[in-house]
Amino acid sequence: MAAIEIIGLEKTYSVGFWRKRPKRALLPLQLAVEEGEIFGFLGPNGAGKTTTLKLLMGLVFPTSGSARILGMEWSDPRVKAQIGFLPEQPYFYDYLTARELLEYYAQLSGVPAKDRRPRVEAVLHRVGLPDVGGVQLRKFSKGMLQRVGIAQAILHEPRVVFLDEPMSGLDPMGRREVRDLMEQLKHEGKTVFFSTHILADAEALCDRVAIIHLGELRGVGVVADLTSSVHGRVEMVWQGTVVPLSIRALGAECHVTGDTVRAVLAEENQDAAIETLRREHLRLISVIPVRASLEDYFVQKLKPEEKMAGVTA
Amino acid sequence: MSGRIVHIASNTFREAVRDRVLYNLIAFALLLSGAAILVGQISIDIEKLVVINLGLTAVSLFGVVIAIFIGIGLVSKEIEKRTLYTVLSRPVRRWEFIVGKFFGLAGTLVVNTFFMAIGVFGALLYVAHRFNKPDAWVLVALYFIILQFLMICALGLLFSSFSSPLLSAVFAFALFVIGSFAEDLRGFAAMAHGVSRWLATGAAYLVPNFSALNVISSVAHEQAVSGQLIWYNTGYALLYAAMALCGAVLIFEHRDLK
Ligand SMILES: Nc1ncnc2c1ncn2[C@@H]1O[C@H](COP(=O)(O)OP(=O)(O)OP(=O)(O)O)[C@@H](O)[C@H]1O
Ligand SMILES: [Mg+2]
Repeated sequence: MAAIEIIGLEKTYSVGFWRKRPKRALLPLQLAVEEGEIFGFLGPNGAGKTTTLKLLMGLVFPTSGSARILGMEWSDPRVKAQIGFLPEQPYFYDYLTARELLEYYAQLSGVPAKDRRPRVEAVLHRVGLPDVGGVQLRKFSKGMLQRVGIAQAILHEPRVVFLDEPMSGLDPMGRREVRDLMEQLKHEGKTVFFSTHILADAEALCDRVAIIHLGELRGVGVVADLTSSVHGRVEMVWQGTVVPLSIRALGAECHVTGDTVRAVLAEENQDAAIETLRREHLRLISVIPVRASLEDYFVQKLKPEEKMAGVTA
Repeated sequence: MSGRIVHIASNTFREAVRDRVLYNLIAFALLLSGAAILVGQISIDIEKLVVINLGLTAVSLFGVVIAIFIGIGLVSKEIEKRTLYTVLSRPVRRWEFIVGKFFGLAGTLVVNTFFMAIGVFGALLYVAHRFNKPDAWVLVALYFIILQFLMICALGLLFSSFSSPLLSAVFAFALFVIGSFAEDLRGFAAMAHGVSRWLATGAAYLVPNFSALNVISSVAHEQAVSGQLIWYNTGYALLYAAMALCGAVLIFEHRDLK
C-alpha cells in the first residue's frame, strides 16, 4: 500500500490586492510514496515544495485534486493522528517551555496521559535537547527551534512524517544527527517524506526522490537512475603547463597547478582529448570518471532560462 | 465535544497570564482606589453614586480594551506567526480551535472581571463603610458587563478570521461604540420611511445591543433590575455570541492559511 498517494493535486493562488492575478504554485501533481521509504522532494526555491506539504496538511485548500494517506482519504480526521509535520522555519508559542509545548502537543495528538511525560523526555533526548526542556522557547536559537520542530513531529510516534527542509538552520553536527534520526525512523518502519534543495542530503538519504520545478514534476526515481540519465564527465590530469587549444575547444574546464594540468570535460570527448595529448607528446597521468550527481541532473535538466524564474516570478 | 477544546482553552488562558495581560489589574486597582479617596473627600451624599458609576464604567472599558486586544491578537497572531501549522496538522478540527480560543479568552475575561469587581466593592466599602442590600444590583451590572465581553470576544474572533488585526480592532471597537447606542439607532430607524426604513432597521438590529446591557447608571441610583431583563439579556448575548462564533468558524473553515 502506498503511504502517500497524491492524485492530481493542484494549487493556484490569487495574488495582488486590487486586481487579482492567478499564480500557479503547483500544477496537477501525481505521486506515490511507498510505506517505509525515505522520499526526497527536491526543487529550487519557489518550486512548490512547501505548497505541496501545506496542501497535504490541509493548511491550504487545493484548486483541484486529492490525496490519500495510509489508504485513508486525506481529510479523514483519523489520518492526522498518524502523521507528523515539521513546517518550514517553525515557530512555536514562545511563552511556553519546550517541555510544556511538547506536552500540549501530546495532549492534542491524543497521547494517553500516563505516557506523555516519558514520551516528552525521550523525544527531547532524541533531538539533542535533554537539558533545555525547562527553558522558554523565546530563548531558543534557530537551530534549537528546528530541533523542537523535529521533536514535535515525531512525538506521537506517527507512521508518516512530513518534514519541510529538516536540515535548515542546523550546524554540521545537527545535520548529521537529523540524518541519523531519519534513518532510524526508516528502520522503525516509518515513512519519511521530506523537502530540500540540498542535493547532498537527498543523495545520502533517499530511497527515491521527486524533482519539482516551477510547480511541475520533472522526474521521479531512485537517485542513481536519475543521475545515470545525465551525461557523465571525466577528470583528466597530465604533466605540463600547456593546454592545447583543441582541448579547450572541447569545452574542458582547465586548471594549471605546478607542473600538472587538471581538466574536466564531457565523457564523450574523452577519446578526442587523449588523441590530442598523444599528438602533442604530453604525458597523461590519470583519467577518472566523475560520478554524475543530482547537481548535474539539476544543471542539465532545468533549462537555463528557467533557473532563476522561480525566484523572480 | 472533546478534551482538545479544553486543552486549547487552557493554553489560551495560560498565554494571557504569561503575556501579563492581567497586570492591567494593578493599574485598575490603583486608579480606582485613588478615585475613591478623591471622591470621598469632595462629594457628600453622592459618593456611592459616583463610585459605582465610575467603577463599573472603568471595569467595562478596561475589559473591552482587553477583550478586543487579546481577542483579535489570538487568532491572527497564530496565523501570522504560523504557530497554527503544528496545531492544525494534529487531530484538531478548525472549529475546535476557534471554540477553544473563545472559551480560553472568556475565562481570562471572567477572571479579570472578578478581580476588578473586588476593587469596585473595596472602593464602595471605603466610601460607604458598609454594604446595603441594593449593592447586590452591582453584581447584576457586572454580570451584564461580562455578557458584553463574550459578545465582543466572539466578534473579535469573527473579524480576525478574515481581516488584518488592525482592521479587526477598528471594526470591533466601532461596533462597541455603535452598539452602545443601539436603542437610539432603533429609534432613528423607526422614524425613516420606505426602503431606507427597512435597511436602517435591519442595520440597527444587526449591531450588538450593548445599551440594553448597560445598567450602570440605574444601578448607581439603587434601582432594581427586572428578572425579565436578566433573562432577556442572557439569552440575547449568548445567542449573539454563538452566531458570531459560527460566522467565524464558517469563514475560518474554508480559508487558506498564509
Ligand atoms: N500564499 C501565497 N500566495 C501567493 N503565492 C504563493 C503563496 N505561497 C506560495 N506562493 C508562490 O508559490 C510558489 C511556490 O512556493 P513554495 O513556497 O511552495 O516554494 P518552495 O518550493 O517551498 O520554495 P523554498 O525552497 O524557497 O522554500 C512560489 O512562486 C510562491 O511565490
Ligand atoms: Mg519551502
